[in-house]
Amino acid sequence: MIPAAFDYTVAESAEHAIQLLGEYGDESKLLAGGHSLIPMMKYRLATPTQLIDVGRLDDLAYINRSNGHIAIGAMTKHAQLETSDVLAADCPMLQHVASLVGDPAVRHRGTLGGTLAHSDPASDLPAAVLALGGTIVAQGPNGQREIAASEFFTGYFESVLADDEMIVEVKIPAGTAGWNYQKFNRRAQDWAIVGVAVADGGKGISLVNMGSTPVRATAAEEALAGGASIADAAALAADGTEPPADLNADAEYRSHLARVLTQRALEAANG
Amino acid sequence: MTSVMGTRMLRKEDPKLLTGENKFIDDIHAPGELWMGMVRSPMAHAKITSIDTSGAEGMPGVHSVYTGAQLQDMGIGVGALPCAWPVTEDMVNPPHLPVAVGEAKHVGEIVAVVLASSRYEAADAAEHVVVDYDELPTVSSLADAVKDEAMAHSDLGTNKAFHWPLDPNPEGTAAAFANAAHTVKAEFIQQRLICAPMEPRGCLAIPSPAGGEITFYSATQVPHILKVMIAATTGIAESKIRVIAPSVGGGFGGKLNVDPDAILSVTLANHIGLPVRWTESRSEAAGSSHQGRGQIQHIEAAADENGKLTAVKVHLDADMGAYMMLITPGVPLLGSFLYTGVYDIPNLSFTCDGWFTNMVSTDAYRGAGRPEASYAIERVMDIMAGQVGITPEEIRARNYIAGGEAFENHEAASTLVFDSGHYRPAHDRALEMAKVADLRAEQARRRDAGETKQLGIGMCTYVEICGLAPSRALGGLNYGAGGWEHATVRILPTGKVEVVSGSTPHGQGHETAWSMIIADKMGVDPNDVEVLHSDTAKSPLGLDTYGSRSLAVGGVAIAMAADKVIEKAKLIAAHQFEAAPEDVEFDAGSFSVAGTPAKSVHIQELGFAAFAAHDLPDGMEPNLQEQVSFDPPNFAFPFGTHVAVVEIDTETGGVELLDYIGVDDCGHQVNPLIVEGQVHGGIVQGAAQALYEEAVYDEYGNPLNPSFMDYLVPSAAEMPSIKLDSTVTPSTTNPLGVKGVGEAGTIGSAAAVINAICDGLSPYGVTDIEMPATPKRIWEAINSNGGAA
Repeated sequence: MIPAAFDYTVAESAEHAIQLLGEYGDESKLLAGGHSLIPMMKYRLATPTQLIDVGRLDDLAYINRSNGHIAIGAMTKHAQLETSDVLAADCPMLQHVASLVGDPAVRHRGTLGGTLAHSDPASDLPAAVLALGGTIVAQGPNGQREIAASEFFTGYFESVLADDEMIVEVKIPAGTAGWNYQKFNRRAQDWAIVGVAVADGGKGISLVNMGSTPVRATAAEEALAGGASIADAAALAADGTEPPADLNADAEYRSHLARVLTQRALEAANG
Repeated sequence: MTSVMGTRMLRKEDPKLLTGENKFIDDIHAPGELWMGMVRSPMAHAKITSIDTSGAEGMPGVHSVYTGAQLQDMGIGVGALPCAWPVTEDMVNPPHLPVAVGEAKHVGEIVAVVLASSRYEAADAAEHVVVDYDELPTVSSLADAVKDEAMAHSDLGTNKAFHWPLDPNPEGTAAAFANAAHTVKAEFIQQRLICAPMEPRGCLAIPSPAGGEITFYSATQVPHILKVMIAATTGIAESKIRVIAPSVGGGFGGKLNVDPDAILSVTLANHIGLPVRWTESRSEAAGSSHQGRGQIQHIEAAADENGKLTAVKVHLDADMGAYMMLITPGVPLLGSFLYTGVYDIPNLSFTCDGWFTNMVSTDAYRGAGRPEASYAIERVMDIMAGQVGITPEEIRARNYIAGGEAFENHEAASTLVFDSGHYRPAHDRALEMAKVADLRAEQARRRDAGETKQLGIGMCTYVEICGLAPSRALGGLNYGAGGWEHATVRILPTGKVEVVSGSTPHGQGHETAWSMIIADKMGVDPNDVEVLHSDTAKSPLGLDTYGSRSLAVGGVAIAMAADKVIEKAKLIAAHQFEAAPEDVEFDAGSFSVAGTPAKSVHIQELGFAAFAAHDLPDGMEPNLQEQVSFDPPNFAFPFGTHVAVVEIDTETGGVELLDYIGVDDCGHQVNPLIVEGQVHGGIVQGAAQALYEEAVYDEYGNPLNPSFMDYLVPSAAEMPSIKLDSTVTPSTTNPLGVKGVGEAGTIGSAAAVINAICDGLSPYGVTDIEMPATPKRIWEAINSNGGAA
């Protein structure tokens, strides 16, 4: 529980942070809310020698309406999502999911950009952004690029983000149509053993903790689009997934939970 | 003056706690202090083939590095850590050195120690000590230990540490089973639990190189015991040792040990002449702080055709862990006397085998042996009720001691004498508060409708042995100390009252409770009472806090010392009144001569008279100060009825604790607010065993959940608003009529919750579920029987 030695620099801007990433290379790590990174450092599972603090870039903390989508600054904290009037009106699902992350302490430190960059398949918000068809805006030394959430995650704690890139914004299509989020865990503050996010009546179904990344339940989505019943579609929810095993659940039980929770989420979203 | 006893007085401790004024171990520092950084074994059982400390020695801030072998050569820390409870003459007790020499016996055992000027430097340097191991066969579970094939200690030839029987009437038990109309046979697993106090363990040893004294600050429940044990283990004269427990953030048993870390800090500080400190990290605690429970219970019960139990037979296999710590072997035996519960069961046969494993030691954890016993008999009562075809409520009613009526001095089959009890009122009140009839109707409706979410209702009627303990009884159990408690009460010259408590709080509220006892006895304002404790220089005599003993032993000693002060003050008052002492009355703090109440003197005014000693009765010693060592004639036996209501999601296996009712009887209550706090916490801790907590090990003896991310301590979000009530059946073993309550909640709640789950799942053919009843286990239990109601 005692981290190895590291240096710490406060970034003055996104550009400054990217410049520092270039200077320090792969021994450096961006620090946002720190609620995933710091515990890993305390266990010495992560030993970056240089932390670049972007958590103070307040100009990257915003939630704005913009041409049919909602633009959310990367340093927007979960608590800001949870209490946002814009989200309440135009994307209540994201607001609701944010309210279920961790506990109040986590939600007042953790950021949307941080949780996406961390790419933990057990986190709630990445799966929600995936189900909602969000887009991640990354900035590097050569400017910005947009990455569809469906293209963003590549593996456990891995994404397409380059070493010298940082997330600056997340774009979510505005939408209030049939949505639901089912989070199954043992204690309120825990990661989901399995979670299911349903957006737009079932056009977007994504799964939490059912593989090495947040994943779309493609088979279920396709069945539903093809006219299958909710029950028949939900029965396909775990198809094509490779769920992990841990103290809470093995692959078989996780697959079962994915089917049950998908059915519940679809029923609630279409109820 | 109206009585403060029995009122919900706010705790005197809380303003200082809430404002951060209190000093915990990490708030206390000594100039020049060094931090210990432990190199701990990553192997559960291995020969240590080499240790290279050179990489750590030159690192920044490093003072020195020691291996176990080096310490032996230097003659430091050579004494084995103490076990105060050799339960049998032939108990096997392999030496437990503070730092392992030759072999490591569990993951987390110390193999070398670094001293450095900061905690971070100590941790960095510990990473650079290179240790080579040759892996040895590992005993990574109690079930494996019992097979006695792989050996936890290579040189012992067996894993069995002792065999302990309690079988007062074997013929009676045999006859009862031979004549039984119904028998039940069951096996229950009491999983290992991590004690997890809010404040981790920590210590700071400050030497006085010239004088040879050691001041030892420790986050401990037992400063007095620690003082004796440090002296016995290190050879430092007891008179040179001062132990101070500053504010201590909980213990639950986890801080009543003599840990290797504590002994090391003392011996190293003494050796190098500099202060040495240590604070554990949570993951470090998982491999080095003793754990609770760790038992497999084999229980059989016999009953007649009406469900009246006639005998209980128990064999217990108990996981000692790698070594015997302070009371490791005694913990399972503390439960032995309770396997007949609150019931009039004439025969009990009990045996316990202790087994070594390659895991960190077990020892006391809230309830220590009694929650396990209560769980087993209360599960058996439900199973027996099902077999006889009566309700859980009815089988209990048919079996209560004295038919549920009030009783005193009941000799149980274990030969222990229950001081007092009156079980039926708590039972009736709990069922009434839970609205059990309504719940059963709702349960039937859901079952008939085939709803996904099913209801389960479970009860537990527990009794516990507390107030540890009559010294003679402890002697009979071969325990290495007595069970008395010491108290001093003095009236200072200004009239304020100073109380010195031998029992040492770590969150219980002693300052409030002792002030209330004194206020009532002496007729003074509770705010005029100051309580000194937790420092062996201020309170040289005491046996500390565990086993729900503080009030029933220590609080009683306070009351008795107050009586002696009043007695002496009365002689001074009589002298001042020029009256015979027998004509002087004492009421609400004031002495007066019978018949002339206008002329009176308050006891606080006599403090100065006794201090100045200008005009005391002939031959009387100055000062108003008295002390008492109270050794209770018997244990106290609190009891109660708990009801748990659960909702089970039969598709996911998820369980929600919907409602919880506790009706407890701890005799007279000094402060119901404190009582309720204890019961709340206790209930959650027992429910945690039922639903959430388990220290899990893999086949190599690695702890798999050494953090609060994976070791699930429940929070308020998981608990319903607990509903409490109480009945009052005074204890007959002490003049206050009090019983303990620190562990009662834990002793009642695990069985109530599991009984509720089994009740809810009975339509699915589920008769038992292993703790913790995780969603996965429940889902599997439902599906192993076809999944259909």
